[in-house]
Amino acid sequence: MSNVILEVRELTTKWVTRFKEDIYAVDHVSLKVEEGKSLGIAGESGCGKSTLALSLMGYYFPPLHYVSGEIIIDGQNITGMKPDDIRKSILGTEISYIPQSAMNALNPTQKVISFIEDVVQAHDPYKTKQEIYELARSCFETLGLPASVLQQYPVELSGGMKQRTVIATSVILFPKILIADEPSSALDVTSQKMVIKMLKNLMENGFIKSLIFITHELPLLYNVTDDIMVMYAGQIVEGGSAKQVVFDPLHPYAKGLMGSIIVPEQGQRNVKLTAIPGVPPNLKKPPAGCRFAERCKYVRPDCKVAPVPLYSANGGRAYRCILSEETLRAAYLREAQRDAS
Amino acid sequence: MPAERKVCLSGSGLTKVFGFGRRKTVAVDHVDFSFYEGELVSIVGESGSGKTTFAKMLLGLLKPTEGEIYFQGKKRDISTQKKRKEYWKNIQAIFQDPYSSYNIFRKIDTVLLDCIHMRGGRGLPRAKKLEMMEEACSFVNLKFEELTNKYPFELSGGQMQRLMIARVFLLKPKILLADEPTSMIDACSRATILDELMQLRDEIGMTIIFITHDIGLAYYVSDTVYIMERGRFVEHGSADEVILRPKGAYTRRLISDVPKIYEEWDLSTV
Amino acid sequence: MRHTIQQVFRSGKFVVGFFILVAMLLIVIVYPLIVTYPPLQIISQGTFFPPGIYVNVYDSIGSTRYTLNLENAAANRIASKLSNNDRHAMKDWLVAAGIPENEIDINDTEQLLGLWKGNYDPRVNIAGMTNAQRNYYIRLNNSLQGLLSTEAVIIAARNADIGALQEAGVINPSDYVNVNQVPNVRVLPLGTNSFGRDVLTELVKATAVSLQIGFVAGTIATLIGLTLGLLAGYIGGLVDDIIMFFTNLFTVIPTIVLLILISFSIGQEKRGAFTIAVVIGFTSWVWTARAVRAQVISLRNRDHVNLSKLSGHSVAHIILTDILPYIASYVVMALILQISTAILAEAGLSILGLGPKTTEVPTLGLMLNWALIYQAPILGKWWAYLPVILTIVLVTFSMNLMNTGLDQVFNPTLRE
Ligand SMILES: Nc1ncnc2c1ncn2[C@@H]1O[C@H](COP(=O)(O)OP(=O)(O)O)[C@@H](O)[C@H]1O
Ligand SMILES: Nc1ncnc2c1ncn2[C@@H]1O[C@H](COP(=O)(O)OP(=O)(O)O)[C@@H](O)[C@H]1O
Ligand SMILES: [Mg+2]
Ligand SMILES: [Mg+2]
Repeated sequence: MSNVILEVRELTTKWVTRFKEDIYAVDHVSLKVEEGKSLGIAGESGCGKSTLALSLMGYYFPPLHYVSGEIIIDGQNITGMKPDDIRKSILGTEISYIPQSAMNALNPTQKVISFIEDVVQAHDPYKTKQEIYELARSCFETLGLPASVLQQYPVELSGGMKQRTVIATSVILFPKILIADEPSSALDVTSQKMVIKMLKNLMENGFIKSLIFITHELPLLYNVTDDIMVMYAGQIVEGGSAKQVVFDPLHPYAKGLMGSIIVPEQGQRNVKLTAIPGVPPNLKKPPAGCRFAERCKYVRPDCKVAPVPLYSANGGRAYRCILSEETLRAAYLREAQRDAS
Repeated sequence: MPAERKVCLSGSGLTKVFGFGRRKTVAVDHVDFSFYEGELVSIVGESGSGKTTFAKMLLGLLKPTEGEIYFQGKKRDISTQKKRKEYWKNIQAIFQDPYSSYNIFRKIDTVLLDCIHMRGGRGLPRAKKLEMMEEACSFVNLKFEELTNKYPFELSGGQMQRLMIARVFLLKPKILLADEPTSMIDACSRATILDELMQLRDEIGMTIIFITHDIGLAYYVSDTVYIMERGRFVEHGSADEVILRPKGAYTRRLISDVPKIYEEWDLSTV
Repeated sequence: MRHTIQQVFRSGKFVVGFFILVAMLLIVIVYPLIVTYPPLQIISQGTFFPPGIYVNVYDSIGSTRYTLNLENAAANRIASKLSNNDRHAMKDWLVAAGIPENEIDINDTEQLLGLWKGNYDPRVNIAGMTNAQRNYYIRLNNSLQGLLSTEAVIIAARNADIGALQEAGVINPSDYVNVNQVPNVRVLPLGTNSFGRDVLTELVKATAVSLQIGFVAGTIATLIGLTLGLLAGYIGGLVDDIIMFFTNLFTVIPTIVLLILISFSIGQEKRGAFTIAVVIGFTSWVWTARAVRAQVISLRNRDHVNLSKLSGHSVAHIILTDILPYIASYVVMALILQISTAILAEAGLSILGLGPKTTEVPTLGLMLNWALIYQAPILGKWWAYLPVILTIVLVTFSMNLMNTGLDQVFNPTLRE
């Protein structure tokens, strides 16, 4: 049994809006990332992926509020720690986080190196500029970025280069785990591939021990991460190894996501895509029963009665549906045969 | 595909240069092209290759530095507002970023009403207009009753793009330019939008020029593919031909950049 | 729209600024309804009467008299006549005459006078005292003698028939009149100024005029700037070049120089407050035009404008519906700033003596100008200029507060 880097138990957090409404965007989420493993989180926009990423760090400030659950980073329980302590002793060194659109938030009047100096000196005020420069240079070069980037301003860099700079900076203190929230979504495929390659390199080069990668592009997750979790309306609806989730999804929503994958491979031209009709439920007033029931093809009356628990299935996987594995697989098979004929 | 195809939009030597001196950028560099009626053409290239500039020239929103555009065999003339208006009845667009495509001060109804008015429906009775708007919304699976009195920004990104399609449905142009219509929205809504675009083409038989950086999408939707590299068309042909048997290194790279799931995705090529 | 206004009123800064401005407007509107004196009437013979309540002495003789036996009336009377310098001098004398210093408390009038009465003797020669000093003490002693008297004063009137004085009344030290029963009382909370005008009444009128000048000038400047900025930014090309040529011309020449030259050339006689407002408006549109143009340029290539073009809308329609609403908040902010700078510009011009003609209406600037010409600051007549400066500060401060408040609402990067 290898070392667990991050474990989250039944974490629930909420947003409190200006009108004092609660939005439970992360609802009893449990997950576990082992050393050397990576976890992908998929789901459509608004399902709570970014909120989960924020919540994982235990660093809450309004309007985001902690409700319940535990977070354990490398054996250390950080639930209930003061935000200030978390910022000093956890962020950057234990856990590093790349927010969505971080690359557009870089200060345009600051050179990359001075941004890195700020990051490093926040944790180690006694490091000299020379030491930081050496550290940054070796880090950038290992990750395949030219050291000249350090002396440039963010506006001089292309989108892909900016994103890779942000990633390299985020691992400069060798965090145990990196959380990357949609690092590739705003990029074109070429830059996206470079970012993906870099993310994969991080673990191989020992910059980080584990990775959490958030995106709505299943093919990317499939190529990067060991495990995949699918989120829907604040809950985890499916979890398992990348292969299981992509090629043998259980939950009808995960199945639907699979149906919207488009890849330029032989035989994929004009294949029938299964778009999921409808929109996700409003998280201010989530439905009582299964949250996907409104959009589900296989919905039954008892789906809408009580909340559905997360069931575990063979092969260490989990899914949130009242139908059994066999029923679901049989239904998908029938569907495929009908489409084929 | 019909044996005899009519050229709908073509151009020769189309060029756009931005700036001058040291800051000179040749965004589109002497491109020749012919798009046929009823065809779904994809233009694929990495970001900065000049796709948007090309599209804006076709739309008449940017003046070409050089070269000519021919619409239905005749040289395009958009020198006056009246002629432009006439031209825009024939060519419409969907832009990349739905969040900035709408005027945030105008309601959804006005956006759709504009389209009815543009096609000369200003004098129609109100009930008829409502019926037309409802039809357009239901075409893209949006409920018109839920949209009246709402602002576009109250919708999700995917819904906004579908509203764009509804707009085009009302305008029924001969050509639609879709500039990366799915790159800002999540993968789950992407399939819906692509399907609706293809339905729209079948419904009103128009030419769609689909611009994307993702050759996978191009492969999925298009009949013909043009590959754009630094302002030039480096390869074009039918989708199967270009994507399954690419000739140029650039095309091969574009293909290899898209994540695969059935085959091994080779990450070493960047 | 409603939502935006709600947001605006949730910003503390805006609300404070707005409240101050509205309060000033209310005062400016309500005050003249209550106090109906003409603001430019010259009431005082002589300049710079200090703030206070002026009671007609003549009327007070004829008013009903009341006797109040108030304990320290006499002491108060003396205290008000006995200056601090005098007290110190008295103490010096007493100390020199051999009274222990710690027994003398110069603030205790009664004790001091008692000591003085008991000890002073003009014949005593104190070593080192000059003649002049001796005379001063004699004079001081004499004036104290009068003070200490508790006798009544007789008022006499000249008999018209015989021309002799006849006793008309006796005023005792303990006689009082009720101010409310005196027919002529004038409250001058801020005294009078160099022309003998009631400063407060004039100040209220001046604030009203200055605000009007501000609104007129600000509106003119904003309208010109907005129109030119929209045209230059949206149409571009030759139109842009021409407009920018003029804008640059106006930028290179400092506004204040231009203002001075124009004001000077109009001539004192023709310069009314409105003329000055128009002149200020026509010289200060430059930066609004520049800022609007910059905003429009960044807007005109946005996709929503492109979409509007594709919908066949005319240039006018696009400018009005796709550009203007996006910069509306910005224009409102520019207007507020223009108003406050116009008020300051008027003040500046008037201080230089190039403001509106002095005989018609007062303005804040003119009041300052008068106070300066008549050397109020040097003479220590604070009431002639300090309230004016405070009003200017308050008006511009409130407008700038509103502006910052609006900025916080409209500028997403400043939002908390
Ligand atoms: N700052 C916020 N205040 C209130 N609600 C928020 C805030 N940010 C996100 N939410 C809500 O939380 C939910 C999840 O959002 P998010 O985590 O950003 O989703 P994702 O990253 O999957 O797109 C959404 O319904 C959104 O409305
Ligand atoms: N308005 C402009 N001014 C100057 N350069 C521009 C302008 N618009 C685009 N460019 C340049 O033209 C090139 C092509 O841009 P674009 O057409 O937007 O590419 P794409 O849509 O393929 O990403 C880029 O190098 C870009 O920097
Ligand atoms: Mg997100
Ligand atoms: Mg583009």
